[in-house]
Formats: sequence, C-alpha cells, structure tokens
Amino acid sequence: MEEPLAISLFSGTDDRLNAAAVLVAGAAALGRPVHLFLQYWALDAFRADRIARDHGLSSEAGQDGRSAVDRLRDKGGATWSETLRQAKEIGEVDIQACSLSMDLFEIGPEDLDPLVDGVEGVTSFWSRAERGQVLFI
Amino acid sequence: MTVQTTNRLDARGLACPMPIVKTAQAIAGLGSGELLEVLATDPGSTKDFVAWARTTGHELVEQSQEDGVFRFLLRRK
Repeated sequence: MEEPLAISLFSGTDDRLNAAAVLVAGAAALGRPVHLFLQYWALDAFRADRIARDHGLSSEAGQDGRSAVDRLRDKGGATWSETLRQAKEIGEVDIQACSLSMDLFEIGPEDLDPLVDGVEGVTSFWSRAERGQVLFI
Repeated sequence: MTVQTTNRLDARGLACPMPIVKTAQAIAGLGSGELLEVLATDPGSTKDFVAWARTTGHELVEQSQEDGVFRFLLRRK
C-alpha cells in the first residue's frame, strides 16, 4: 500500500498530537508516504523550546482522562514527538510548517524542532496531496 | 542442512504502535530470508502483525500466544 497520506495537524494538545503520531507511525510502517502540515496550535507545539512541555489535553478529556494519560506515560509510553521521530526512521514522513501559522506566531524556521523539515504554503500542501487521502486533526 | 539463526526483538510492555515500529526497524537490518522473532503484549498486535506482513510482503511464518504474550515469527522478504 503506497497511497500517500496527507494530514493537516491543527490541534496542539498532547492527546490529539499523540493520536496523530500513532496514525503517522502506522502508515509509515506500511510503507505509505506521509505528509504532515502543521497549522496553528499544532505548529506552536513543535517549537524547539516547547516540544517537550506538557501541552494539556482537549476539553473532553476531563479529570479521568488526565489520569488515564498520566498512567500510560508513567508506564513508559512514548511521547508523540518520540513516536514521530521513530516514524521518520522507518518510513517516508515529511513534516512541513504552514507559512501562515509561522506569521501568526512571528517565528522562523530556526525556532522549530528539527523534526520539522521545512515551511510551505497551502498550495504546496494541496498540490502534494492531490493523490491519496487527507486527514484533519 | 543449514541451521538458520533467529534474530529476536522483545517488544513486551510497549504500547501500539511501537511493536510494529520496532519490528520495521529491526527487519530493515536483516538480509532477505532471515528470521525475526518478536514478543509483544499489545493486544492489538495480533491483527497488526498480520496486516503489516500482508502489506509489506514479509512473511508471517508463525504466530502464537502464551500467558498474555504474543509471539510472531517473521521472514524478511
């Protein structure tokens, strides 16, 4: 299965980032090229000085959700950034920052974690997503 | 008769998708036809290893389960 997968990653909370990282790693393991486009709060989470921080959980998590996520982490579960790092090792995973979101935060490529391969505009994203599936997370 | 050595990967305790990610890493380092034995406890791994082998073309030679531990024997394509 080599149909490319394009993901617009918008959310910047750890639960959604982790769900996205798991989907990316699974696709990479199957040999599917993955193209991640980081927008808004997701891009903020990929800033070099913030990537290792606690990014909170989406509102539906609640206190029970918080406890469940903490339990998984304490059992040694991989962080989303580590999962993405390993996905890049086993497959073709390209991570691009949305240029509009770069403007929003007034940051440059040097402010981003090395996981991010470059900066692109939305036209480049859609042009490359022409074939294959697109997800918005 | 040739005796084939089996490479081993202990993925016990790792949550999805790490057993498959580690397996993909490990099998990439083997030569064609070499065997890799993987142990995992992730309950999704039984379906995941079948799907992964089918899609990537590596052979799932054997699959078993004992005391909550899943064992997969794979042959690199």
